Amino acid sequence: MNGFYFQLLALFVILLPLSILVAVLIKCAYSPAINNSWINRFPKTIIRLCGLSTNEMSWDVYAKALMITNLAGIALVYLIQIFQEYLPLNPQGFSNVASSLALNTSVSFVSNTNWQAYSGESSLSYLTQMLALTSQNFLSAATGISVLFALMRGLTRKESSSIGNFYSDLVNSIWYCLLPLSFIVAIFLCYTGVPQTFSEYPAVQSVQSIENVSEILPVGPVASQVAIKQLGTNGGGYYGINSAHPLENPTPLSNLLELLSILLIPAASYLAYGAIIKNRKEGYMLYGTMTFLFIVFAGICYHSESGVINNLEGKEVRHGVVGTTIWAVATSLTSSGSINGAHDSLSPIAGAVPMVAMQLGEVVFGGVGSGFYGLISFIIATVFISGLLVGRTPEYLGKKIGSFEMQMSAVCMLLPCILVLVGTAIGGKFGDIAGTVLNKGPHGFSELLYAYTSMGNNNGSAFGGFPAGLQLHLILGSFIMFGSRFLPIIATLAMAGSFAKKKVVPKSAGTLPTDTITFMALLVTVIFLLGALSFFPAIALGPIADFLTVF
Amino acid sequence: MNNEAIIDSFVRLNPKTQLKNPVMFVVYAGAIACSVISIFAFSNNDVSEGSFSFFIAFWLWATVLFANFATAIAESKGRAQANSLKRTRNQLKAKRYIGNSDTLEEVSASDIDLDDKFLVIAGEVIPADGEVISGMAFVDESAITGESAPVIRESGGDRSSVTAGTMVLSDSIIVKASCKSGEGFIDKMIKLVEGAKRQKTPNEIALTILLSAITLVFLVVCAALVPFSEISIALSGQGKVITPTIVIALLICLAPTTIGGLVSAIGVAGMNRLLKKNVIALSGRAVEAAGDVDVLLLDKTGTITLGNRYAVEFYPEQGYARNVLVEASYISSLSDDTPEGKSIIDLALSQHITLPPKDELIKNGVSVAFSAQTRVSGFTMDSREIRKGAKDRIYKMAKEAGYSWSQEFEKIVDAISARGGTPLLVSENSKILGVIELKDIVKTGIRDRFASLRKMGIKTVMVTGDNPLTAAAIAAEAGVDDFIAEATPENKMDLIKKYQNEGRLVAMTGDGTNDAPALAQADVAVAMNSGTQAAKEAGNMIDLDSNPTKLLEVVETGKQLLITRGALTTFSLANDIAKYFAIVPAAFASTYPVLVALDIMYLSSPKSAILSAVIFNAVIIPALIPLALRGVKYSADGAEVLLRRNILTYGVGGLILPFVGIKAIDMLISLFGGLS
Repeated sequence: MNGFYFQLLALFVILLPLSILVAVLIKCAYSPAINNSWINRFPKTIIRLCGLSTNEMSWDVYAKALMITNLAGIALVYLIQIFQEYLPLNPQGFSNVASSLALNTSVSFVSNTNWQAYSGESSLSYLTQMLALTSQNFLSAATGISVLFALMRGLTRKESSSIGNFYSDLVNSIWYCLLPLSFIVAIFLCYTGVPQTFSEYPAVQSVQSIENVSEILPVGPVASQVAIKQLGTNGGGYYGINSAHPLENPTPLSNLLELLSILLIPAASYLAYGAIIKNRKEGYMLYGTMTFLFIVFAGICYHSESGVINNLEGKEVRHGVVGTTIWAVATSLTSSGSINGAHDSLSPIAGAVPMVAMQLGEVVFGGVGSGFYGLISFIIATVFISGLLVGRTPEYLGKKIGSFEMQMSAVCMLLPCILVLVGTAIGGKFGDIAGTVLNKGPHGFSELLYAYTSMGNNNGSAFGGFPAGLQLHLILGSFIMFGSRFLPIIATLAMAGSFAKKKVVPKSAGTLPTDTITFMALLVTVIFLLGALSFFPAIALGPIADFLTVF
Repeated sequence: MNNEAIIDSFVRLNPKTQLKNPVMFVVYAGAIACSVISIFAFSNNDVSEGSFSFFIAFWLWATVLFANFATAIAESKGRAQANSLKRTRNQLKAKRYIGNSDTLEEVSASDIDLDDKFLVIAGEVIPADGEVISGMAFVDESAITGESAPVIRESGGDRSSVTAGTMVLSDSIIVKASCKSGEGFIDKMIKLVEGAKRQKTPNEIALTILLSAITLVFLVVCAALVPFSEISIALSGQGKVITPTIVIALLICLAPTTIGGLVSAIGVAGMNRLLKKNVIALSGRAVEAAGDVDVLLLDKTGTITLGNRYAVEFYPEQGYARNVLVEASYISSLSDDTPEGKSIIDLALSQHITLPPKDELIKNGVSVAFSAQTRVSGFTMDSREIRKGAKDRIYKMAKEAGYSWSQEFEKIVDAISARGGTPLLVSENSKILGVIELKDIVKTGIRDRFASLRKMGIKTVMVTGDNPLTAAAIAAEAGVDDFIAEATPENKMDLIKKYQNEGRLVAMTGDGTNDAPALAQADVAVAMNSGTQAAKEAGNMIDLDSNPTKLLEVVETGKQLLITRGALTTFSLANDIAKYFAIVPAAFASTYPVLVALDIMYLSSPKSAILSAVIFNAVIIPALIPLALRGVKYSADGAEVLLRRNILTYGVGGLILPFVGIKAIDMLISLFGGLS
């Protein structure tokens, strides 16, 4: 067995027991045990202290609370950036961030995209990194989990008008799940050598220079941010080059740990879901299906990268082709977007893999919370078509799928596709693409397409060579990231509200089981078909033409 | 009929009609755009672009017309059926009184107007709904009640109303019509069938939303191709920008036009298929709901058991030999032509007793027919007056003649009633000889039918007026999942509500006025045409044959309707893959000639590739019209099996077929000189 398959196997063998444990945490956050220990009282106390109520909400109230919280988040991150010069914890004395960049960064972090048009270590203060960015890493992930919780309630409740309380979901998912996990991961990262400090950037002896010259080494509260950036599928690194930086990801062990962290919560969500809908088999089937897709994607990526020669361009030698390709697939299938190598340097087909992985809508594992609620839209479309094929008005978990649910899931499935295409078209047409992007020919198109694919699916990873700092891309990108995050969220909540009101149809022999291999195969087909149909021409003009030109 | 449909396809080009179907409206708009482009190109002397756009425009118009034709032909079939319905109605004759005189004239049933009086004599079918104003008759409403025993209809009181389509068996009655000519129930139904008022069903709306959303994405995909093409040219420094005609062609090929064009035809055809089975669906929604039904409430009599009862045993009164009873029963039924009478003869003959030959007896005696007054029938010869009848009548007769009967005998009679049988008492010269037990017979094959329903996930519930014990026995014999005994309109209604609260969809059949509330409550309510007006108004389907077993076929038709929609949607989307492989390399051939590697069909030229895809997209619609009208075959299998089979046929088939089809069309185009 070569190193690639061994690492892949090791990854999933370790992931399974960990995700079973994390599923327990997610279930705790979904419905915390009612007893009087301080652990259970804490979230309620926090919410009360903020002057908010923990009463059940109808979907529109839930959505309103979510939007206000997130808009306030955008405002806060924006303000901290444009005034960081006047704020404490800025030992390097970084100046205020320009407004369009600040807007882009705030939308990017609040929407869990973590598209980085800046380089953290050379432009953001410790306060900005921690209070603005790290806190959003938590909040955006928790928002995703909250929406998933609301949808799960919608699917499991009978004739109910409420879908939970947003503030409780938000705080509970941080308190029971994100915070303890990040704490553990951060400690482990420190152990592997990732810095965690408030001190100034130290001067160190350069290893490369022959003369006795010292260099400034950027450090800071790195481990704490990297932990949540990985766990929350945020992906916004402390350093500009993300986990390719030796201080953000120093050793193979840290690499494995960070890789596990990316997949942990999305994978555990399937198992928690199975437990909550009282069909564990469905949870495991989804888990298995997504693992299978992961292996297929990684296999394609690895083999086209190591085919003729081992393509080491743009890779950290300590990760090699194996470590980089597995990471590339993990980061693009989940909406993480953190990177440990340059995707732009991947060969055309290997580079198309993360692009296609994102274009599927970030539903194979996907983002924390968001990957799964996005997947449910695809499940509903699949159930709809297959329900027709067996001659029954389609139902999922006993809930009849009517035209309203169809509308909402169409928004969730198709809006990201539309935003990516529109973004690529506008960004390319008005951005003087031929003059600004690094490469000519189809590879240049790939760089453009990758950037908007990443923003339009809230991923955040980037193909190098794209002029991310241009005003047009900053502003357009902000709108796209915002739209592709929050419109599907509102649609999902509306769907949750509508499902909650419905009766539950009892199961019968005529009911289409959704926990079988047939259904999973169909689900995968629907996901791929929709992705392929939306992006085939664009992929043809980018990676495919690139591949055909090179070979 | 086809000519009519062809004309109708052109009439439907009206933009208002087209707007109702978003997918086809996109094709319609594309056809207009390509026509305009073609005209402009020709006027600019760009013959190559002009003729290419002309061909594309031509086939886009063809696509629209084909889709129109599909709907038109489905609706014209409905009309044809309505016409035949009218014909049968018109063929029914009536004997109408002229004015207030006693003179009769023979008119068509459809001419009977409100307050017209007409005469119906034994053996005739009642031509219109009305009230009996004179006379008394036995009317066979067996199709309604399932009971072979005819019911009395007489003037005045509760039993004066008669329904069209039922048959007078004895005597004659004069009836006053209770509805206007052309406003009878059938007339209303004919209007419905003619399709004027068809509304989209919930599932059809959900599907249309999905299809529209997909079309919208393709609209964006295709619109983005123009800037994508420009960006690529800027990046690679070569090629021509993709033309609007190609963008439109790609859009139409990708849009789910196959299902979009056939979706309304499928809906209409579903109602038509029911009509062929003589069931009129008052709304498409009901047909669709039928596919979803989880629980069937079935009347025992007529549906589960043969409506007629059969003789199964003779029980003599104390002091009489069994042979005496058998012989008397045999004689009493000699000229009784009802199934019950025949079954008595058969049973008697099977008892290995020497019985007098039939012909001789008939020569020597007189048969006494069943009449409304006496409610007994029998045979009189010499001094023997042999009678058989219901227990109260025979008891009364015996009592009046001064005879008594044993307590044991009374017990036997009551026991027969108690186990759901019908006791038929036999007497000679008013002296009670014994009793014949008549019993319900479960229909052959009904067990298998219920088993296959169970496989489809449908629960069957038997509804009967019998006592729980009898009901349980018959339920077990028939293999139903559940039963409700001593059914009253109230507990029927409660049962439906109970199932509905569990989230199930309930279907039932009904006929009587007392069924009306339950019918109104049920999700699928099939009213018997022979039933009362109230029942028919409460139901959402009418069964013209008044056959309660129809419910099963209604369910199958509903399922077929949904499956046909699903199959064509899957097919339509699967087709897109091949179309991409045909059009994308052709569209960007000038910018990236290397993309020709994607042309795995080796099509002769870029233009021919695009046109072939468009032609395939157009001709697949008429090719699938028969399937849309006929419906995809349905078999009672579990969901999983059905899903796998349909995906293989329509998904995988839909993936492969266009590769073959587009290649074949491309070769044909080359034969005719090709396009370059």
